[in-house]
Amino acid sequence: MSVELDVFVVNTTIMDEEVYQLWLDGYTVNDAVKVRMEGGVLEGCEASAEVLHSDTMDQYRTFQMCERLLHSPVKLANQLLFQIPPHRQVMLIERYYAFDSVFVREVLGKKLSKGTKKDLDDVSAKTGVTLKSCRRQFDNFKRVFKVVEELKGPLVENIRQHFLLSDKLARDYAAIVFFANNRFETGKKKLHYLTFQDFAFCAGQLISNWTVGALDNMVEDMDVDLEKEFLQDLKELKILITDRDLLDQHKSLVCTALRGKTKAFNEMEANFKNLSRGLVNIAAKLTNTKEVRDFFIDLVEKFIEPCRSDKWTAGDMRLYLTHYTNSAHVLDTFKHQVVWDRYMGVIKSCILKMYHD
Amino acid sequence: MPGKLKAKIVAGRHLPVMDRASDLTDAFVEVKFGNTTFKTDVFPKSLNPQWNSEWFKFEVDDEDLQDEPLQITVLDHDTYSANDAIGKVYIDIDPLLSCEAATVISGWLPIYDTIHGIRGEINVLVKVDLFNDLNRFRQSSCGVKFFCTTSIPRCYRVALVHGFVEELVVNEDPEYQWIDRIRTPRASNEARQRLISLMSGELQRKIGLKVLEMGGNAVVGYLQCFDLEGESGLVVRAIGTACTLDKLSPGTAPNTTTHTNTHTLPNTAPTSNACNSPSKDSKESPLAHGCRSTHNSPVHSTCSSQRLSHSQNFSVSVPTLVFTGMGSGGSVGKEAGPLKTLLRQHTQSALEQREFPIFTLTCFPPGFLVHVGGVVSTRSVKLLDRIHNPDEPETRDAWWEEIRQEIKSHAKALGCHAVVGYSESTSICEEVCILSASGTAAMLNPRFMREGCLDTGGSDHRLSRQPHPGMVGSERGEGEVSSTWLGFEDASPPSCGFVHIPYDEFNMPFPAQLTYCYHCRRQKVPDVLFTTIDLPAEAEVTGKGCLIQARLCRTKKKAQGEVNATSISNLLPFMEYELHTQLMNKLKLRSMNALFGLRIQISVGENMLLGLASATGVYLSALPAPGGIQIAGKTPSDLSYDQHISTMQKRIDDTIAKNKELYNIHPPKLFTLDPEAFTGLNTECIEEVVGSPIPDRQRSSRLFRSTSESSDELSELDLSHGKKDAFVLEIDDTDAVEDIQSLLTDAPIPAGFYSCNTEVMPGIHNWTSGLQMFTSVRVYRLSNANLTNQGLNKIFTDLCENLLKSLYFKLRSMIPCCLCHLNFTVAVPEEELIQVAVTAVAMSFDKETQQAADKALTRGSGENEEQLQFSMEMCGESTISNNQPTAKPSGVPESAMVHSSRAPSVDYGSFADRCSTWLELLRLKAHTIRRGSVKTSRRTQLLAHSVSSSERCSPLPEGRSRSLRSTRSLPCGAPVTVVKMTPLSFLPGTRIVKYLGIINMFFIRETTSLREEGGVSGFLHSFIAEVFAMVRAHVAALGGNALVSYSMKECVFMENPNKNQAQCLINVSGDAVIFIRESDQEAIPPLLTSRQTSSTGADGTT
Repeated sequence: MSVELDVFVVNTTIMDEEVYQLWLDGYTVNDAVKVRMEGGVLEGCEASAEVLHSDTMDQYRTFQMCERLLHSPVKLANQLLFQIPPHRQVMLIERYYAFDSVFVREVLGKKLSKGTKKDLDDVSAKTGVTLKSCRRQFDNFKRVFKVVEELKGPLVENIRQHFLLSDKLARDYAAIVFFANNRFETGKKKLHYLTFQDFAFCAGQLISNWTVGALDNMVEDMDVDLEKEFLQDLKELKILITDRDLLDQHKSLVCTALRGKTKAFNEMEANFKNLSRGLVNIAAKLTNTKEVRDFFIDLVEKFIEPCRSDKWTAGDMRLYLTHYTNSAHVLDTFKHQVVWDRYMGVIKSCILKMYHD
Repeated sequence: MPGKLKAKIVAGRHLPVMDRASDLTDAFVEVKFGNTTFKTDVFPKSLNPQWNSEWFKFEVDDEDLQDEPLQITVLDHDTYSANDAIGKVYIDIDPLLSCEAATVISGWLPIYDTIHGIRGEINVLVKVDLFNDLNRFRQSSCGVKFFCTTSIPRCYRVALVHGFVEELVVNEDPEYQWIDRIRTPRASNEARQRLISLMSGELQRKIGLKVLEMGGNAVVGYLQCFDLEGESGLVVRAIGTACTLDKLSPGTAPNTTTHTNTHTLPNTAPTSNACNSPSKDSKESPLAHGCRSTHNSPVHSTCSSQRLSHSQNFSVSVPTLVFTGMGSGGSVGKEAGPLKTLLRQHTQSALEQREFPIFTLTCFPPGFLVHVGGVVSTRSVKLLDRIHNPDEPETRDAWWEEIRQEIKSHAKALGCHAVVGYSESTSICEEVCILSASGTAAMLNPRFMREGCLDTGGSDHRLSRQPHPGMVGSERGEGEVSSTWLGFEDASPPSCGFVHIPYDEFNMPFPAQLTYCYHCRRQKVPDVLFTTIDLPAEAEVTGKGCLIQARLCRTKKKAQGEVNATSISNLLPFMEYELHTQLMNKLKLRSMNALFGLRIQISVGENMLLGLASATGVYLSALPAPGGIQIAGKTPSDLSYDQHISTMQKRIDDTIAKNKELYNIHPPKLFTLDPEAFTGLNTECIEEVVGSPIPDRQRSSRLFRSTSESSDELSELDLSHGKKDAFVLEIDDTDAVEDIQSLLTDAPIPAGFYSCNTEVMPGIHNWTSGLQMFTSVRVYRLSNANLTNQGLNKIFTDLCENLLKSLYFKLRSMIPCCLCHLNFTVAVPEEELIQVAVTAVAMSFDKETQQAADKALTRGSGENEEQLQFSMEMCGESTISNNQPTAKPSGVPESAMVHSSRAPSVDYGSFADRCSTWLELLRLKAHTIRRGSVKTSRRTQLLAHSVSSSERCSPLPEGRSRSLRSTRSLPCGAPVTVVKMTPLSFLPGTRIVKYLGIINMFFIRETTSLREEGGVSGFLHSFIAEVFAMVRAHVAALGGNALVSYSMKECVFMENPNKNQAQCLINVSGDAVIFIRESDQEAIPPLLTSRQTSSTGADGTT
């Protein structure tokens, strides 16, 4: 005797969150049954593995039918096929769009193209995330990217409205889209120590300070590109390192302020010119798209690594960057205060976020 | 020209991409009614078209309005080739024809294609302007209300019950017409869907005419069925109960006050009639056919001979068993008093003129049901042949007439004049068709019948008194009613009246053991009672009930024509007998004494017959306690054998004890109080009941001969054990081994679950609003072709048990809960295939108060505490959110999430309920404003517009986000109404305020890419989900928020995996309603209160 057909359909679609997670994680039905058995779901119920298998199959089928709707979550709310309670809909969407940080770390900044998708089996092998789950996550990135790419207005808000995601998740997606769009290099060995959340924080800073939408919400322009004019203006900052007087003046102001406040003062004083050159050079090069891609690697190589080798503490770093930024205001021949603040505000918070082991 | 149908096509959404090049669609709509077709403009390049059409007006006869569906076809315009159909929507406009039902159909309806399933949605508005037609010879019956519900609908009171209505229409099945060879599957499916829609419309109209003729205004318990007879045609038939219903004013609570104004009058009527012919009746009772059987069950059989009803039609009438479930042995008792006789006469005169005193109702207004005799059922095997003239469906009509006559005569044999809880069904395999009918023989109160001779005056008075609103609901009225009833029923409290025997105890139609009623001690009651009806509200039950199933599989040889039909009809009585035995055994094992809602289904396949009997067992306090089950061996000398028997016996005894605990059956011991109950003990005599006329002809029939042997032993053993009506199973007997096997292999129901196939579970009152309707379908392939009967039985039993286990597992989050109205349907779609379909509703109840009600059920104290804590938590949460339902909308889902791991369903229940209640109030308001409906149309347009605008363009940051947020968390902004579905006639904790009309839909789905759609399971899963979605959408479009009395009457699945094809037909029906939460109204749930009082009353008396 064999079961040829076995379905269970309810009026109000109920979904077991545990099974949903297993499905999202790309488990096959048989593996999912095993996991559930081990999880002790049968305890207290007089049910057999057969029952569990049938239940898992039913749920997997429901998820598969729902998947099409989850691709455009707005539809999920007004579709008629499944009667799903609102808070369950929220859960379904949120989980479907959730991603593994190990996985996202691998594709962050890569072009969301077919080529990248083909390499997902390598990513899967490396991260231990199942290929099926990798594909879902990758497709999610791509889908969000495609929808948001053409839209005007604030990026995070667009994502939240079109995909009905929570604020946190929408911000993460904004970061992913932003990285993919600007193709930031994140895969270099030197950057391996950085987590997705580090990058996401930096992306948030860049989006809210360096894009067109950053200054004026009413401007109907895209949020995914850095503001061209601002990047042009950054070139003007070069004066801080090309003008020798200005550089010395800046150094002495900073040193005066720092003296006696930190153990690493000597290293700071010795390295000031190098560090300053590093930061200002990064700013000056940003007009070039290729250099934009190296933004994070530059930050690490030109600034974070020297500081780390000098054993600065996080407090040292904060102190240094604060005074470094503020001292520039006192320089009377330096006229680009607004651009400087806009630049250094982001740099400071990014470096502080990235400065860890 | 008495009607004007108006339709407006507003918009579409989520349409499929029809043009691959542009990824868009150029959609337009054809609106067709009868032979008139209108078209909208083409809305180019959009998946969310806004047609916003003018009003299309159809001026039609009301006859057509009833028959025809409004057909809406969505197409993709193609300049060069033929336009491609996207899909169709059929709208039944019948609900708009009754002034009390819906006034407008408005909303998003799924666009359905028989090959692709749902393909987007369309927003339509449909209205009807009806002109009064006073033509006496009219063919239409607009305004007659139809209800699937088999009880008096909740917001009505019944003035008169007119009786049985039936109709049947036949046609050629388009699937089998010659043209089907050249047309596409889609065209064929659509022709079929349309035809069935037309036929159901016609059927409903014709039934309506009959109702009007009888003077009624409604059909309750409307049951429509399809017989897909294949080559020989398509039959659509329906039965129902014609009634005159009065709408209750919204302020009055239904049910309790229904009969207040009738008091005193019926009392005078019977007394004046009393002396006319007091004893005539006993001689009248037609006890033509009686017989006996071992297992305490009377086998009541009528004509067992074959007869050819029509020259070209072969037909076998099967000997019928009457399942009354009586005990063995005669008993002595006093004359019941003249009133019963009088009552019988009275009813008889009221019912005698009727051709068929048959009622499809299963639940009755208080006092309607006087006595219940037992189950009567009839089966007949017929050979199908082509229906030559669709306009004259006489053959089929004659078949059913024959069956109903037989049912009627069975009821008479039980001393009853009416049959209630009546239903009909068929099972077809190739050219063989089994027609079945069953019901419960009963005595009814004539007050509700118009033709009641002396009562007519009474009813006239009553009618004239009706308009006094002051009487309705007044406490004084109620008090008088109860006293009236006491007087009317010979001082026996109404709570036990229905179990009193209706037949004459000296001329019993079958051997039965009678005792005095354990409740009133005045009247005689049988020891076991089987019925097809729901448990009457006034019945007193000890403990809880449970689902009891008997399953049976019988192989048969493949054969053709008459030989086949004969062999089937030869098998049927044995099957019925065995099913009955199983039921009895299982009932005893659970220490119960009555079955309600009994449904016996026998399905025929090419090489086997399947029998499935389901019922809800209960312990009726008024009936005697059932005896245990005794196992006996034939060779008691053997020691090891003895041991084997005693272990078996012990297992059975343990199970009985366990079950008593489980179902909380602790009846009071009455033996010392009532020695008369024992009168039957020493006069055990099952061989021949004195005075019971058993024709010799009957005794010699095979059926009884086969069992007579063991019956001797039974009486012998009975005496030796000295145990009252012990139930003996012979272990030597292979049948008995099987019986014991099936008894002990029934898996116990998991803790926290209850199940029944009736409307509600006796003993559970405090339902929460959490409910979940589900349908489960399984098809099994029998791998081994050469299976024995035993092997098949085992497989079939396991199959049903596994299915139940699966249901319990899937619904475990609803614990504590009860699966109500569990409806199993079995079929043999192909050789070696068994299909089982189950539809039921899981309803959770409040453990906390339940525990207070019966402490005996509590087990481990630790577990107990946890549950207590849990339910308190829930209460806390729900009260908080109830107090401020809109204050913190975003907080609600979150808090629900927190608890969801423990009981998500409960959380949702309360949440959704609040949602739908909210919506409901809005809708109700809208309803009152509407009428003119200009407002409505504008509103929907706006809605449609906002939805479509959300599709592509970038939204404004603030405003949009707010609107989107609200769609997510606030129910009132959501475009999709929550529609609850339940097979029950009510929703716990709510009040139905309006019936919007009947939903009766038929869908066909076919695929030629079965594998791609996820195999058979994937295909059927999505089809059933689609059917649910379409039903919900149509209910919502009528303005409703629930479908009650839902049933899936047909689910025919055919597959051809080799060709990668499958086809499925589904027929669903129910009543669309508007409900409001009880808490929103100040009214007390009438049913609940009456039940509670009855149960407390039981506690007091016993």
